Amino acid sequence: MAEAEESPGDPGTASPRPLMRDLKAVGKKFMHVLYPRKSNTLLRDWDLWGPLILCVTLALMLQRDPADSEKDGGPHFAEVFVIVWFGAVTITLNSKLLGGNISFFQSLCVLGYCILPLTVAMLICRLVLLAGPGPVNFMVRLFVVIVMFAWSIVASTAFLADSQPPNRRALAVYPVFLFYFVISWMILTFTPQ
Amino acid sequence: MAAVDDLQFEVIYLCQMDLQMRLFRVYSKEFGNAATSVAANPDATTVSIEDPGETPKHQTGTLRGSGREEDDELLGNDDSDKTELLAGQKKSSPFWTFEYYQTFFDVDTYQVFDRIKGSLLPIPGKNFVRLYIRSNPDLYGPFWICATLIFAIAISGNLSNFLIHLGEKTYHYVPEFQKVSIAATIIYAYAWLVPLALWGFLMWRNSKVMNIVSYSFLEIVCVYGYSLFIYIPTAILWIIPQKAVRWILVMIALGISGSVLAMTFWPAVREDNRRIALATIMTIVLLHMLLSVGCLAYFFDAPEMDHLPTTAAIPNQTVAAAKSS
Repeated sequence: MAEAEESPGDPGTASPRPLMRDLKAVGKKFMHVLYPRKSNTLLRDWDLWGPLILCVTLALMLQRDPADSEKDGGPHFAEVFVIVWFGAVTITLNSKLLGGNISFFQSLCVLGYCILPLTVAMLICRLVLLAGPGPVNFMVRLFVVIVMFAWSIVASTAFLADSQPPNRRALAVYPVFLFYFVISWMILTFTPQ
Repeated sequence: MAAVDDLQFEVIYLCQMDLQMRLFRVYSKEFGNAATSVAANPDATTVSIEDPGETPKHQTGTLRGSGREEDDELLGNDDSDKTELLAGQKKSSPFWTFEYYQTFFDVDTYQVFDRIKGSLLPIPGKNFVRLYIRSNPDLYGPFWICATLIFAIAISGNLSNFLIHLGEKTYHYVPEFQKVSIAATIIYAYAWLVPLALWGFLMWRNSKVMNIVSYSFLEIVCVYGYSLFIYIPTAILWIIPQKAVRWILVMIALGISGSVLAMTFWPAVREDNRRIALATIMTIVLLHMLLSVGCLAYFFDAPEMDHLPTTAAIPNQTVAAAKSS
């Protein structure tokens, strides 16, 4: 992870300072994802804290009720975790095997950060579900998930597409589409017990 | 220096032999007996190669040029595949390096689309492996087609069950997430173990009967992977809750992908004992059918069978309850 040397400060404030710096770096990257522009910040100063926070949040919200032992329910916490990380690793490997010039952790960083719109969609869906089931409820959730899905795709493509040779760009972008589609499906079909 | 020149010359010589063997195979399959006389006289097939006055570099250039034209004439595809001749030298990295695996992803977007198109439109007489793969088997297609198919089946099955049971009072929607892992196991096992078994079988028969056409393991994996593509739109269309529609889709998909597989593997077994050849092709098609029917049965509930008994039973029960009380 990108670390600078610790700057001397007042005694007692030396240990919170790197944490605040890291949190600020994470927050800055969140902003970059929400307003995707062609900038190198995500790629240059990659870190995996943001993806970890987002993945844990998403998995916590998506997991089925532990008391509910129904056989055919939603995913467990571990399943969501595995899907997100295994999916990201597979996409990164695929991109590198096709000849992309992005490093392994940079790609993981980008894919992880671009889950942010879908995490926001999950939050909104949970709030909307508090209003009770119904077709209007479903249409609202569907609309939100579709918009956030498109946002994730646009954000990640803005960062990842340039690293591929142009004759293989579609081959590298399609797995990203599949990845976010599966996560969107899990968010949309979440039903509280 | 002399040793390097010798080595270069040996390499060129091996390339020539390789090309001649490949052309012999292609001629004898595509043109039948008339070609055997040509093949018996190797100099006739490789026109401008054996010119002793030229330097080795020149020879490589003309070799490549004449080889490509003749290949294109025979197979009708003007894809300039520079790895065709040097295929023997292509995978030279040891298997523990990253570059070794990169050779299996050496495809461009249009090549992947061409291969998918070839699996959807089987042309009688044209071999999928010879026409599209041409010694450049890739693992991109099989892997991502299988991944897409897994999610297509799981999601379509879930949607279809939801739509079928929509009006029922006792129905509570569940995402059925566990079925994804089952689908993944089935599809990836089929896409890797069946080609492995088939390759082993073909190698065994090759040791008994001299077959002209033989496929490498990766080419077989490639054919199987691309032949599964037709099931992706089929799985999506299986959402329609009509039994007749679903079975028609099964037949169409099986027809298309089964014929791609049959036409690919028929040249590899046709010199063999007639019954073994036919049994091999029948087994290939049968396994393919088992896969599609099994997926349909497991992931998609039967349509319109559940409604009638419950709606018929309830009035009877209420009538019986009224009579007894």
